[in-house]
Amino acid sequence: MKLRNVLRIAMVAIRRNAVRSALTMLGVIIGVASVIAMISLGSGARAAIDEQIQQQGTNVIYVSAGSFGRGPGVARGGAGSTSTLTLDDAQAIVREVLTVARMSPMARGRAQVVAANQNWNTSVEGGDEDYIVIRNWAVASGDDFTARDVAVAEKVALLGPTVARTLFPDSDPVGQIIRVKNLPFRVLGVLTSKGQNQWGQDQDDVIVAPYTTVQKKLLGITYLQQIVLSATSSDNVEPAAVDITKLMRQRHKIQDPADDDFTVRTVEEMASTRTQMADTMTMLLMSVASVSLLVGGIGIMNIMLVSVTERTREIGLRMAVGARTRDILRQFLAEAVSLSIVGGAIGVVLGLTVSRVLTSGLGWPTLITPSAIVVAFAFAGAVGVFFGFYPARKAAELDPIEALRYE
Amino acid sequence: MADGERLLVQIVDLKKSYVVGDVTVHALRGLDLEIAKGTFLAVVGASGSGKSTFMNIVGLLDRPTSGRYLLEGEDVSGFDRDRRAQLRNRKIGFVFQSFNLLPRTSALENVELPMLYSPDAPAAAARHARAQALLDVVGLGPRTHHTPSQLSGGQQQRVAIARALVNDPEILLADEPTGNLDTRTSVEIMEVLQRLNRDQGLTIILITHEHDIAEYAHREVTFRDGRVVSDRKVESRRDAALERAALPEEAVT
Repeated sequence: MKLRNVLRIAMVAIRRNAVRSALTMLGVIIGVASVIAMISLGSGARAAIDEQIQQQGTNVIYVSAGSFGRGPGVARGGAGSTSTLTLDDAQAIVREVLTVARMSPMARGRAQVVAANQNWNTSVEGGDEDYIVIRNWAVASGDDFTARDVAVAEKVALLGPTVARTLFPDSDPVGQIIRVKNLPFRVLGVLTSKGQNQWGQDQDDVIVAPYTTVQKKLLGITYLQQIVLSATSSDNVEPAAVDITKLMRQRHKIQDPADDDFTVRTVEEMASTRTQMADTMTMLLMSVASVSLLVGGIGIMNIMLVSVTERTREIGLRMAVGARTRDILRQFLAEAVSLSIVGGAIGVVLGLTVSRVLTSGLGWPTLITPSAIVVAFAFAGAVGVFFGFYPARKAAELDPIEALRYE
Repeated sequence: MADGERLLVQIVDLKKSYVVGDVTVHALRGLDLEIAKGTFLAVVGASGSGKSTFMNIVGLLDRPTSGRYLLEGEDVSGFDRDRRAQLRNRKIGFVFQSFNLLPRTSALENVELPMLYSPDAPAAAARHARAQALLDVVGLGPRTHHTPSQLSGGQQQRVAIARALVNDPEILLADEPTGNLDTRTSVEIMEVLQRLNRDQGLTIILITHEHDIAEYAHREVTFRDGRVVSDRKVESRRDAALERAALPEEAVT
């Protein structure tokens, strides 16, 4: 029998039992919709993490004082808690590791910031004149501080947009004076907005000042808490991190990696943990969604078995007028696959709607990729073939004489 | 049987036995029969005489246990399932007691069904035209888009006859075609069969347990216990067209 006729007969049979067909399809619809929604959630989470890496700068490497590791019998503090990281280390890295492009020492803390009658507690980040460039930031209005400002520990600051808005709701902050821990700082400029990060943290709620100023005037320390570096290209991030680790161990005379008094981390490394978490979550949700698709397939098989029994006489008649085994097999297979494919198509539409609602209603990031749609659709088709085959074979192997006599 | 007539069916020492539970049932025990092209043959016998088994084998729905069945000179008794299906499609037309039309499907589409399974299925327009022409031959009139539930028994059987004829078969196998019909409708259906046999030379094998229905045929073969016990020419053949004309007027079915 020609394929066109096979499909036509299948569609006629499906329409004849419209309500039953719709209910059967519902299983596949829900299955495909949840697979699509789950894939889009997973891709969305991944994309959000990727975007964050882009914002932070893909080439960025952090060297922090202190180690997360523990020496034998000796409890160690976390990163930033030791005072062995110095400006000399930072300068040695730039000098000797050729894959490092830029470097800025870092010092950070929290401080109360006052301007006129406005009061705000925010994070103060100290760096040198390259700091905002390495962090993939820019000055929206005003100017960055200069190497001279850093050298003399000038009390100047750049405001994140949130801080600027809070302290100066009605006026331009550039050139104004703010008091940080009661010390007067001149506002040089306002940074561009980075928005929220993945965890909903406001990345614009920050003040950037020369690290020398933060060290001496705000924290009262001489050592560095952190060094931020950028590699010459994203391919050089890993080699640079390896070379920096080697150099630091040499400078600090460390034999055993367990004794490290510093930590080298790349942005990508930091993100990969979160990516892994997102992937695990996606896999988990996907497997739950796949189970519902499987249940939908079993629903199709169930209905097809009922249909074969109900239509035994029809099958007998078709055989009597010349239907071969494969004609009957194809007819019932086509019915099962049509059910699953039509259900799959509706499921795709529903899945797209659900992920849109998740984004607009709950604010969860979702991303629809064409491959997700293709995979879900193909999976639905495969379910139809797999679960349709047994009933179809049962129909095709009926004995025409008994089928014709069936009551 | 007159010389020179072409043999359509030749059956030699045909046997068929089934195993039902622990018992072997011998449905046919050495059947010999020859049927010439253009014959209107009636097969009569009580239930259990083997006439249904005979019909299934002649209709290529079943295979004999032993013996030979030659259709147009070709031994088809060893054909497998799919070859038999193709042969049925081309050469056999079935008419059943219970009509066996597809429910919720128009008369026209029911008639078209066998064409869908032929290797060179004609296009939709040609199928419609052919089905329509056959519905006119069997006298269904304008009700071609009615579904079986909207048709009377006689009309349904007319549709079934049209369906059996659609692939231009060699043999029309009618299994108790009037079993579910009243007297008047039975006469009308027999009139259609007699006309097809006379005008188109169609070979008809009519299975019935009613002796008076068998008298519409040329030749009456009686089965008992899986064998032919009598094979005779019908002497005073009934003419359905005359009988119908003689019947009192009634509302047209």
